[in-house]
Amino acid sequence: MNLLFDERLDGELPRRDKAEVLAELQTALPGMTLLHREEDLRPFECDGLAAYRVLPMLVALPSDLDQVVTLMRRCHELGVPVVTRGAGTGLSGGALPLERGVLLVMSRFQRILSIDPEARIARVQPGVRNLAISEAAAPHGLYYAPDPSSQIACSIGGNVAENAGGVHCLKYGLTVHNVLALEIVTLEGERMRLGGEALDAPGFDLLALFNGSEGMLGVVTEVTVKLLPKPETAKVLMASFDDVGKAGQAVGDIIAAGIVPGGLEMMDNLAIRAAEDFIHAGYPVEAEAILLCELDGVEADVDDDVDTVRGVLESAGATDIRLARDEAERARFWSGRKNAFPAVGRISPDYYCMDGTIPRRALPEVLGTIAALSTEYDLRVANVFHAGDGNMHPLILFDANREGELERAEALGGRILEACVAAGGSITGEHGVGREKINQMCVQFPTGELTTFHAVKAAFDPVGLLNPGKNIPTLARCAEFGAMHVHHGELPHPELPRF
Amino acid sequence: MASQHHSLPDRDISEALGERIRRADAEGTPLRIVGGDTKAFHGRPVAGEPLSTREHCGITRYDPVELIVSVRAGTPLAELEACLDEQGQRLPFEPPHFGDTATVGGMVATGLSGPRRPWAGSVRDFVLGIRLIDRHGASLRFGGEVMKNVAGYDLSRLMVGAQGSLGLLAEVSLKVLPKPAAQHSLRLEMPLAEARRRLVEWGQKPLPITAATWFDGALHIRLEGGPGSVEATGQRLGGDTLDDAFWSALREQRLDVFTRQGDPRPLWRLSLPQQAGAPELEDVDETAMLHDWAGAQRWLHSAAPDEAVHDEAVRLGGHATRWTTSTGSPFTPLSPVLAKYHRRLKAELDPNGIFNPGRLYAEL
Ligand SMILES: Cc1cc2nc3c(=O)[nH]c(=O)nc-3n(C[C@H](O)[C@H](O)[C@H](O)COP(=O)(O)OP(=O)(O)OC[C@H]3O[C@@H](n4cnc5c(N)ncnc54)[C@H](O)[C@@H]3O)c2cc1C
Repeated sequence: MNLLFDERLDGELPRRDKAEVLAELQTALPGMTLLHREEDLRPFECDGLAAYRVLPMLVALPSDLDQVVTLMRRCHELGVPVVTRGAGTGLSGGALPLERGVLLVMSRFQRILSIDPEARIARVQPGVRNLAISEAAAPHGLYYAPDPSSQIACSIGGNVAENAGGVHCLKYGLTVHNVLALEIVTLEGERMRLGGEALDAPGFDLLALFNGSEGMLGVVTEVTVKLLPKPETAKVLMASFDDVGKAGQAVGDIIAAGIVPGGLEMMDNLAIRAAEDFIHAGYPVEAEAILLCELDGVEADVDDDVDTVRGVLESAGATDIRLARDEAERARFWSGRKNAFPAVGRISPDYYCMDGTIPRRALPEVLGTIAALSTEYDLRVANVFHAGDGNMHPLILFDANREGELERAEALGGRILEACVAAGGSITGEHGVGREKINQMCVQFPTGELTTFHAVKAAFDPVGLLNPGKNIPTLARCAEFGAMHVHHGELPHPELPRF
Repeated sequence: MASQHHSLPDRDISEALGERIRRADAEGTPLRIVGGDTKAFHGRPVAGEPLSTREHCGITRYDPVELIVSVRAGTPLAELEACLDEQGQRLPFEPPHFGDTATVGGMVATGLSGPRRPWAGSVRDFVLGIRLIDRHGASLRFGGEVMKNVAGYDLSRLMVGAQGSLGLLAEVSLKVLPKPAAQHSLRLEMPLAEARRRLVEWGQKPLPITAATWFDGALHIRLEGGPGSVEATGQRLGGDTLDDAFWSALREQRLDVFTRQGDPRPLWRLSLPQQAGAPELEDVDETAMLHDWAGAQRWLHSAAPDEAVHDEAVRLGGHATRWTTSTGSPFTPLSPVLAKYHRRLKAELDPNGIFNPGRLYAEL
């Protein structure tokens, strides 16, 4: 099934004449950059899921709030769909444009509005890069905790929309745990404030609802985040294993010992070799798996924890355990992990990144399934995980120029996600559903849940103009997907008509 | 894995609950969802047929290594906590019980967190998944028993603090954490202004503070972490040793400042930015208030009209909750645009208004 918007399955999209919409918006917003020529639209045709490209009808690049408000109001009145884009690093096609829609690009909202070191909060515009917040807070000994590997490029607005995570989320939480307030512009062009500088707000927790809502419920125009004091010290242990299953077991053992590491990451041999070749992090290229375990906090506690974890790793059968000697080596250990995706990109013409989550106990079993599937589909898979969180990133290596490989990679990816769901997990831990996993949503959720999601969407967007076709599949799509995809002899959504 | 804790009853009545709800929806009969009924004061009175969750109880899965527990809504909170304690784990947000019968469902539906909240996070921060019984009586699963899950909208966290007005929580999955190796509490005599200054200074440092409360002329501090950091910080901060029982007395509102025999004025909770100034209410003296959460949660008695207290809290950047029952909504009114989307959400998920109608606000 092609992932591009399909009116037969995803619902009708309004048809509006491009020239008319352009004229209307130019009149309403004379000061706003509005791109409409093909060569200007081209750079916006895809996000980080580059296998799928669509030229948007128009690209709007507002630079102030009033423009966003007016744009939303006019698009709503004209019945033109709007897809919001931050930095375009998303890996699930959440910012994939629509041929008949406006792409609203928030990249000009680049200002850090305030850093209050006493209250330990930062108020920023949505286009600010994730890392820029920590950089601005650094002089005060503070930082913003969630650290996606894409942090030099991705925007905080996109982080909120995806509820982005990072290697330190096991201890410090995801985006949703670190955002205090949001300014939203609704589809109808209203300004709405969710949350606040107090620790809670009256009414429903719409702040939590908007985190991870993939631009489906409103446009994020301002973000207030919590800053944390930098830990006094951070130490990282790197353990090598001659068996992936043993490494997986060690992850559980560390947690069982009562330790909550600042980060607990795992890479398999293919990923280790790719990263080492690229970054020269000092990884043991012969190991079947490595674990990176960061312990941070107050010096005395960290030293105790390092001893405990070392003991656990030894009992778990680690073949080598190294403690980063200094800050430079610690940074190098992490750099290999944080650059694992581009590193894999160097050893294969293309790669496809999965994002399933599983209960930690299922790690060895699911790794076995992935290895078997890799053989079955004859495609290599490199494994990188947020192991402490049970969030896997299998990277499927393929060559799109070879006939049928992209399709095979996608089919393999789908099977991996289904294995995650079968193990009690989820099809996405942090990259979002977007367009990419729209069909797998039918595997994870029955009709009742999907209907409830649509009801939530309808409360904010009854006419379906915000990022249509993303995140939640229509029941018609699931019926068709189910028909192609019979599981254990059981048809999902048997109650729905087949097409 | 069924509950290994034989002392705990293990009963699944979700079908019966679903049937009751389905009928109520068909007939348009409002329901008043009741857990332990210990937090009935926290919200407007609901006129509806009581629907008790108490019989829907038991721990459905607890695997300490996963740091996740799944538990039916009617399970007594005290039993869940005892079970976690056996494994050296706990609910980090330190929920108040307000009575022996408090249930897990009531804890999540009210979303109230204890003294550790600013450091550890709130109830919603630890909710990973729910089973929700919707108006059709169907049991729906959102989130799950994994740490990370961004598939679909976050209905689980949306239900926290929604007071049962969007559906019945049948089961919740919560992240739990190991208890720290060491704990030590301190009482430091100092005026409020000094305490506020110190808390700002300490807040910018990575100290193992997990509670900070000023009242009665002293700052009360709890330290939790490894033995090394707790001892070193304790020596550095000084003061007198404080009995750890203080924190449960605070959490359960057994301290004098809450009960204040003979004071007829209503009790209010103000949730404010930590740095917010003093509320300007005629009968309120800042030093008579209890400042919890390092200043972000303040408790006071005032006879001022409800509206005046709400307005004052909003002026200071937060909101207020009237803790003593009255007929109006105890919660600060929502802005018109927020109220609009609250109404729409309620209309989408509970169009016949059967789930605790009016509990949060008259129009919801
Ligand atoms: C090499 C690489 C590594 C990565 N590593 C991680 C990682 O470790 N952890 C992780 O979580 N992700 C990771 N990602 C994925 C990606 O960086 C995140 O999802 C990020 O949050 C996307 O931000 P963005 O600004 O690029 O958003 P975009 O890609 O532009 O958009 C993503 C989604 O957010 C919506 N959106 C964007 N801005 C707004 C706004 N202002 N208001 C409303 N909706 C908006 C869009 O409509 C879209 O649905 C990685 C990506 C790459 C390429």
